[in-house]
Amino acid sequence: MNPVILYSVGVLALIAAGSAIILFLVAKKFKVDEDPRIGEVSEILPGANCGGCGFPGCSGFATALVKGADKGDISGLACPPGGNETMTAVGEFLGMTVEESAPTTAVVRCNGTKAKAPSKLTYEGPTKCAIAHTLFSGENSCPHGCLGLDDCVEACDFEAIYMDEETGLPVVIPDKCTSCGACVRACPRDIIEIRPRGRKDRRVWVACMNEEKGPIPMKNCKVTCIGCAKCFDVCPPVANAITMGNNLAFIDGDKCIACGKCIVVCPTTAILATFEPPKPKPKPVTEEKEASEVKK
Amino acid sequence: MSNKLIVSLSPHEKGELSVEKVMWGVVIALMPSFAISVYTFGFDAIKVVLLSVVFCIGIEFLIQKFMLKSEVTILDGSAAITGILLAFNVPSNIPWWQLLAGSVVAIGISKMAFGGLGKNPFNPALVGRAFMLASFPVEMTTWPVPFSNIWSPATDAITAATPLGRLAEGGVKALGAMTDPAVEAVDYIDIFIGKVGGSLGEISAAAILIGGIYMLFKKIITWHIPVFYLLSLAGFSGLLWIIDPSKYADPLFHLIAGGAMLGAWFMATDLVTSPMSVKGQIIFAVFGGLLCGAIRIYGSYPEGCSYSILIMNAFVPLIDKYSKPKRFGKEVNYG
Amino acid sequence: MKLKTFKLGGVHPPENKMTADIPVVPIDIPKRVSVIMSQHLGVPAVPVVDRGDKVKVGTLIGEAKGFISANIHSPVSGTVFKVDGVTDATGYRKNAVIINVEGDEWEEKIDKSDTLLKEIKLSSEEIIQRIKDSGIVGMGGAAFPTHVKYMFPEGKTADTLVINGVECEPYLTSDHRVMLERPDEILVGVSIMMKAGKVDRAKIGIESNKPDAIKILSEKAEDYPGVEVVPLKVQYPQGAEKQLIKALLNREIPSGKLPLDVGCIVNNIGTALAIYEAVQKNKPLIERVVTLTGKGLKKGGNFLVRIGIPAKNLLEKLGEEIPENTGKMISGGPMMGKAINHLDIPVTKGTSGIVLMSEEESKRNKIQNCIRCSKCVSVCPMGLEPYLLEKLAEKDMFEECEKEDIVDCIECGSCSFTCPSSRQLLDHIRYGKQNVMRIMRERRQQ
Repeated sequence: MNPVILYSVGVLALIAAGSAIILFLVAKKFKVDEDPRIGEVSEILPGANCGGCGFPGCSGFATALVKGADKGDISGLACPPGGNETMTAVGEFLGMTVEESAPTTAVVRCNGTKAKAPSKLTYEGPTKCAIAHTLFSGENSCPHGCLGLDDCVEACDFEAIYMDEETGLPVVIPDKCTSCGACVRACPRDIIEIRPRGRKDRRVWVACMNEEKGPIPMKNCKVTCIGCAKCFDVCPPVANAITMGNNLAFIDGDKCIACGKCIVVCPTTAILATFEPPKPKPKPVTEEKEASEVKK
Repeated sequence: MSNKLIVSLSPHEKGELSVEKVMWGVVIALMPSFAISVYTFGFDAIKVVLLSVVFCIGIEFLIQKFMLKSEVTILDGSAAITGILLAFNVPSNIPWWQLLAGSVVAIGISKMAFGGLGKNPFNPALVGRAFMLASFPVEMTTWPVPFSNIWSPATDAITAATPLGRLAEGGVKALGAMTDPAVEAVDYIDIFIGKVGGSLGEISAAAILIGGIYMLFKKIITWHIPVFYLLSLAGFSGLLWIIDPSKYADPLFHLIAGGAMLGAWFMATDLVTSPMSVKGQIIFAVFGGLLCGAIRIYGSYPEGCSYSILIMNAFVPLIDKYSKPKRFGKEVNYG
Repeated sequence: MKLKTFKLGGVHPPENKMTADIPVVPIDIPKRVSVIMSQHLGVPAVPVVDRGDKVKVGTLIGEAKGFISANIHSPVSGTVFKVDGVTDATGYRKNAVIINVEGDEWEEKIDKSDTLLKEIKLSSEEIIQRIKDSGIVGMGGAAFPTHVKYMFPEGKTADTLVINGVECEPYLTSDHRVMLERPDEILVGVSIMMKAGKVDRAKIGIESNKPDAIKILSEKAEDYPGVEVVPLKVQYPQGAEKQLIKALLNREIPSGKLPLDVGCIVNNIGTALAIYEAVQKNKPLIERVVTLTGKGLKKGGNFLVRIGIPAKNLLEKLGEEIPENTGKMISGGPMMGKAINHLDIPVTKGTSGIVLMSEEESKRNKIQNCIRCSKCVSVCPMGLEPYLLEKLAEKDMFEECEKEDIVDCIECGSCSFTCPSSRQLLDHIRYGKQNVMRIMRERRQQ
């Protein structure tokens, strides 16, 4: 046999053997002991790395869960995109009980559409709410309203928010929304809120964040909350979900029973719901439109 | 007042410069060289330059319109520059289909594949030239004799050696004069004004200088890159010449012969593919000049200018990272 | 003679100083003024009057709160109508004292005469106290409370007072007019400031496009020991304090430090006048010179305006309407000023001018790809790389922004101004800078 071939094979074999030994030694020296459960919990988690749980990524959350399980307490830890299903599965795996939490979704608390809050100015600059917010009160002059420059849409990892070209406002798709809270953090005006989805997807909220007294915001926007407290008055005592403060009504999503009475009395139609509100003459509500936000 | 007021962040004043002004300024600066090449090679020069520009603009249009389906920006002048520079880098009797192939590579692969204007790491015209030189080495290195067939379309290529070609083939003796009176001496004045064989745009150093000074005057480029590129080329070749003048050509010859001038003023200064800070531009130019000299003297190609710039283009991100401009108030010495 | 200037970067926008020859005229006092409580940098003042209170010109109506804050005095006499929010230049609502005007009665302690008082009777500490009481802030536009500059931290001393008469912003001419019309008062004011800062020399920097102001001030400055007028080459942003100190004294303020760290105090020409009036005449800061200009106006003007008067009154005084094709209204100069939403905004202590720009002037050009021309790098007066900062800030890479010294940006706008691709460099850099500053604050708190 040609000696060149022999030499080549021999040298290559030596190199291979040497490398293998080095690899073996390095692997031994730098071995990291990791709880195998962390990897398995990560498998159960959705793997979206959205940060909605408050930990850096899913593996960070898995580490926290395993540590919590060792201490015997994983309450307060929740995976928003995975929801109850995932948490139950994690609980089963770790041998812990997980308390059920009501499903939530993001809602946009501004209804200043292009028609109802017409723009008086033109903004020129980067399409970034955070930048426009430092510059001025907005094209429609409302210092609490939506700027409509896509920061929440950009922030969403689940394509659960899109910008409605006609209204100029973001729209949340509740079925895609995982309540991870990225849009809440992105919005410089705190317009987006995480609320319970409500029974049968029926929820009611005040779509305004204005804190000025009535006449001032009305100049800019026809659907502003003027703090008249009419909704507060009609809210049934069993629910007692509405609170007033800073010239603004707030509906507590946990307490609201979605009776729809406040929607009817609101003089500026600032209260929105996911269902058709009862007609002025109250009658039982039967039909409902799922997952579509119907303005009154 | 009927219109809506505009609200934006400062500054509210805007400057005079625009991409179009910069790009068409370069095109204007290339015109003296174009005039000389027409004077020297006649109708062929016009044909090659026009074809190349039409190819480059056309390819950019097709890609933007039908492949990317984006806004068409062929009128910003950048494709025209690529076209002219590509034509300037080829002999005047190049077949049209080879030029088309070069344009496809220059615009399609070197520019648009990277994201269009401003995103390309390598100078498109040089990539096109390198591709053509590798693919069609014979056609790319066979230059017609100047003034041979000025106003009639090229028939057969009558080759004329370029000064650098003579240097590479026969060493410094081939340049004649001092060492061997039998060889016809190369006249430096002829090389300077462009009475020599060579690629379309590189023959006349004088015309390139006029264009370069116009760009300096219009503040399209700064003086750092061309001056340092030429200085370092002259320094490198000059050092070798001092060591052994019988073996190496003198630095003046290296400066005016071949594509060094065109490269230094129009290719190395290409805004997109040169470093951002003055410090970085100087590093870029000095190493470019050294590489050019090294390829010319030690390499197998007679001309090294285009490769030196392409190689340095690859280093631009690295240079940018490590050559920051001097920050105000960082290294303070007051008193 | 080669004129002094700063070395690094700089641009030269068209000057458009159309109102330089128009003398300052006072504006009539309207029936009602709104005095915003946050006219200065720092903490807003706290209103000390309430509905129905009678005030005179010079009565304290807002009290400084905290270290960096300034008093606010009534610019008119009359009755307080209410204390309420008014929309300011940006459309946000700010707390303000709204006063119904009745007559023009001044506080007795104020000397209303025109006589020039040269002799400085007060001591250094008394001067600083008077500056503080009179609510004087920087009149150049940033409105930084002036007394803070004279309260040196332990161990720090100054050797030079730098007076900013540069007015490098295009269009604006208010400082120029003040220098021409009140040179003696300014020079006395400068002497007062020298005494307050315990320095024995003052340099007044004036750009060479104001030869008349240079001439009149240099002639008069001979009578004032230690005061020197230095003509400077026209270059933007020479009015920025770091660049001005570099141009006048060739000292470079280290990154993140203040002028005092290189032994300098920097004040504006208008501030010198305000200090003269406060110290010698006991008159608090209740009025300022404002330029109203724009190519669409038949004739602009310079006006002496009481604080709180709506900006539209300036236009009325000229007898003009807002031009039909106005695209943008700017409070301040066109390089660093703020675009305003309407002309009802009250004039504040920092309003150096109102510029009306036509629609063509104000529309931004189409944004194109960065062609890496490095123009932004070469014009940046701080030696930064705006093209890089823009990309990093746009992608929210704030740590990298910090490493690239984004906080050194003085927001002069030279980069956006010069960019051939009309990229929104400064917009993104400002966003990045704000976030980096926030991150740095949070880190300090931990």
